[in-house]
Amino acid sequence: MHKIWAIFRKDLLIEFRTKDSLTAMLFFGIVVLVVFNFALGSLHQAVRSAVPGVLWVAFAFSGTLGLNRLFAVEKENGCLQGLLMIPADRGAVYLGKMLASCFFMLIAEAVLFIAALVLFNLTVRNEIPWLMLVFVVGTLGFTAVGTLLSAIAVNTRLREVLLPLMLFPVILPILINAVEATDIILNSADYGALKLPLTVMSAFTIIFATISYLLFERVLEE
Amino acid sequence: MSGKAQYRLDILLGILLFAGMSFALYMALIGAPTERTMGDLQRIFYFHVPAAITGLAAFATNFVSSLVFLLRKNRRWDALALASAELGILFFCMVLVTGPIWAKPVWFVWWTWSPRLTASFILCLLYVAYMLIRKSYEDPERKASVSAVFGVIAFVDAPLVWFSIRWWRDIHPSPMLETGGLDPSMRPAFYACLGAFLILFLYLLRRRFCLETMRNKVDGLLLRLDEMR
Repeated sequence: MHKIWAIFRKDLLIEFRTKDSLTAMLFFGIVVLVVFNFALGSLHQAVRSAVPGVLWVAFAFSGTLGLNRLFAVEKENGCLQGLLMIPADRGAVYLGKMLASCFFMLIAEAVLFIAALVLFNLTVRNEIPWLMLVFVVGTLGFTAVGTLLSAIAVNTRLREVLLPLMLFPVILPILINAVEATDIILNSADYGALKLPLTVMSAFTIIFATISYLLFERVLEE
Repeated sequence: MSGKAQYRLDILLGILLFAGMSFALYMALIGAPTERTMGDLQRIFYFHVPAAITGLAAFATNFVSSLVFLLRKNRRWDALALASAELGILFFCMVLVTGPIWAKPVWFVWWTWSPRLTASFILCLLYVAYMLIRKSYEDPERKASVSAVFGVIAFVDAPLVWFSIRWWRDIHPSPMLETGGLDPSMRPAFYACLGAFLILFLYLLRRRFCLETMRNKVDGLLLRLDEMR
């Protein structure tokens, strides 16, 4: 357990000293929101129903940037070897990395959500705890498989290009359910209906976290 | 199996394939009765559904051989996984081409985002990503284990994709064989086509598998030649 914590803390330290990927994630996410604002310019009235989709596209795009950096940082400085030599099993490396990327994504999501509130003229009050729940579960699922695929992509010739190509088809169940859940919260307030999307997202997260935990070793072996 | 027996098996499969395909073509285009409302258009069903079933069988083969590769580390299983992934993409392309041709006159749209269509499309994309991974790794050992990991993920993902889009309204005809909606007079043609597609799959799978193992062998020999120099 403390090994996972050590890797998590290491990634946080690197990020708070360089602020490389978090800045990029935030800026790119906001750019996506602005672009959508123009793309959806004609639907002033219906914009609230488009917000869940727009939000999750922005989250997914900025999250992909973060995942791209997750192992690229180690690769550039030759630290991947070191990471493989630490006296812990590869599953611990996976969990630490996953928690770190989840943490960064959640920070980015919080900022992007506030930006979206302003840009799309929304007001929320009672919805916030529910939204937080959906964001946390969705992000866990996203990073559960994203961390493994990021480790795959970093060793290929195509690198940054390959990650979204692998990630988006795999992540589709999370995106669909997260958009549905966010839509329920923002547009119908029928919280009982949240059970189905949240169950599917949790099942996805558990299945893929288990598979990745077991197979991570096969991806990173030198 | 010796080289000669392999060769005989190839010839036998080839003859079987030729006979099966001719019979299936005859049954689907001439033998089967014409459907009352859709007319001859319905005959595309005899190619569409068997291709989908065969494609799913190919992806299942990929999943099983990826798993066995991860456990056993034998490169032959990797070759089988590669061959079946390529064939799965091929058969699903047939499905995705014949589907819209049928749908335009019947549903009045080429495409609709119903669960069955979306899931087939995503499944195809997943295995294209699988091929891209294979293309962008240089070290053959790493390529094999990484793509096996992705093969497992892709196949586990498929039912999740399916269930998460199921609550959208589905206008795709439900599987006719389960509900008994397919007229008994049409069944022989359907089974003939399914059989022909499965033989085609086995034939191509064997050829592709042999080609890949040969390629691996040649790579190994070249490597040894380099070492001897």
